[in-house]
Amino acid sequence: MALLEVKNLDVHYGVIQAIKNISFEVNEGEIVTLIGANGAGKTTTMQSIMGLIHPSHGEIYYNGQKINGIPSHKIVKLGMTQVPEGRRIFSELTVYENLLMGAYTRNDKDGIEKDFKDIYALFPRLEERKNQIAGTLSGGEQQMLAMGRAIMSKPKLLMLDEPSMGLSPLLVDQVFEIIKHFHEIGTTILLVEQNANKSLAISDRAYVLENGKIVLTGTGKELLASEEIKKAYLGG
Amino acid sequence: MEIIMTIINGLSIGGTYAMIALGYTMVYGIAKMLNFAHGDIIMVGGYTIVLFFPISPIIGVIASVIFCVTVGIVVEKSAYKPLRGASPLAVLITAIGVSKLLQSSAQIFLGSEPRGITFNFGNIQIGSVSISVLTLITILCSVAVMVALTLFVKYTKTGRAMIAVSEDRGAAQLMGINVNFIIMITFIIGSALAAIAGVFLVFKVQDVGTTFGAMPGIKAFAAAVIGGIGSIPGAMVGGLVLGFIEAICGMVPALSPYTDAIEFAILIIVLLVKPTGFLGKKRREKV
Ligand SMILES: Nc1ncnc2c1ncn2[C@@H]1O[C@H](COP(=O)(O)OP(=O)(O)O)[C@@H](O)[C@H]1O
Ligand SMILES: [Mg+2]
Repeated sequence: MALLEVKNLDVHYGVIQAIKNISFEVNEGEIVTLIGANGAGKTTTMQSIMGLIHPSHGEIYYNGQKINGIPSHKIVKLGMTQVPEGRRIFSELTVYENLLMGAYTRNDKDGIEKDFKDIYALFPRLEERKNQIAGTLSGGEQQMLAMGRAIMSKPKLLMLDEPSMGLSPLLVDQVFEIIKHFHEIGTTILLVEQNANKSLAISDRAYVLENGKIVLTGTGKELLASEEIKKAYLGG
Repeated sequence: MEIIMTIINGLSIGGTYAMIALGYTMVYGIAKMLNFAHGDIIMVGGYTIVLFFPISPIIGVIASVIFCVTVGIVVEKSAYKPLRGASPLAVLITAIGVSKLLQSSAQIFLGSEPRGITFNFGNIQIGSVSISVLTLITILCSVAVMVALTLFVKYTKTGRAMIAVSEDRGAAQLMGINVNFIIMITFIIGSALAAIAGVFLVFKVQDVGTTFGAMPGIKAFAAAVIGGIGSIPGAMVGGLVLGFIEAICGMVPALSPYTDAIEFAILIIVLLVKPTGFLGKKRREKV
């Protein structure tokens, strides 16, 4: 059984249909990527899964349980969360308080303490700046904070919406290293990217989204080798 | 001596405005709506203390807080919650309707004659200045409330969640925060503060009518805007600014007839010079 299963999803903004009957799944332990150009419907799909947007048709299952219709905060409690597009850290809170917000659903004090240590080990910059107001961090640091904050909820399924957007090549590499690390510690990953090269390289499987439809699917390797993908997304 | 009296009066009037302004600003920041009926919660609190005061002053205060909080919860659940995500105009009109409903209900149940209590707290003499005990209690209480609220927001999980929701509701939901619960807590705190302010105002003016909350409500709303609506320290600053203007005008006979005009002129000037208020920020709205 898939950990996440999206079935025949339609999403409308008013009369405009942004998502047209898409279906895909993410199995436990996988890294799955949705790639697609700007406006393809990636963010809409991600927000629909989290219940932030309500689909007009279709079903979403997590661990076999239907989750569309459930309020977002309850979906988070089930064990999934998202690093949203554009980071969206809480700029008025400190770095430490942002990470604490990530642990909002948890009550295991010792576990939270330990996860703080792990996160500070992974992102020494965040520890140096733990008492700094998060709005004053650089873009790269904010992305690290958004990722750290999400992992503080100890999700089984972590979704990341264009985590490499707007970052320098060095930081992009770092982001992908961290995604791999999260995967190694047992987190299933659903990634949304325009950076097809790097994301396909770490993905077990991927789906290509165009104008709200899935037009291609395969393993990361297959898609990396595919002529269509090379033309459309890999600049060759 | 005049200066000391002005400062004390400014703190007392400003503290009362600040307590009311906090309700406006927190509801605006967190629920993204102007709660036009907030001033009428002051009226509800005022009537409650008048009715319960003969039993016992303490019971009167407690009853005011409990009754205002109950009304706040019922209004939020029945009138505002169903409109979550509706257009701001629909919400604003509903809030005006709730305001009228509360005023009319008071008139139906309690009649249109103002009700009053007279209670003399007495004065205490500090050096050559004689200060009313009511004024001192008002200052102490509003300072305590502001300190407690600041600590609550900064150091509790629920308080931080309030900041998170006010900054980015969608991201807050991704943390597992139940936005409806946080909005409810906000209404509870705002109504409790309005009740306390209502009690102090009743002791001061000694008469409660159905529009008792209108003027302090508008003034406190102006205070919230001056301080930067949505900002908790802003509401405190804005309240104190208006309180001091009122205290100064009260000391200068030539100015005192124009107190309200001066206060609203200051509001307009602040809005022209700094549209976001002293401590307000430009906000981006996100899903
Ligand atoms: N809030 C919105 N209102 C109306 N249309 C929207 C809204 N958000 C996105 N869209 C439209 O839906 C389509 C998909 O957008 P989005 O999911 O953000 O794409 P992506 O994340 O792949 O760039 C686009 O055509 C976009 O213009
Ligand atoms: Mg997007």
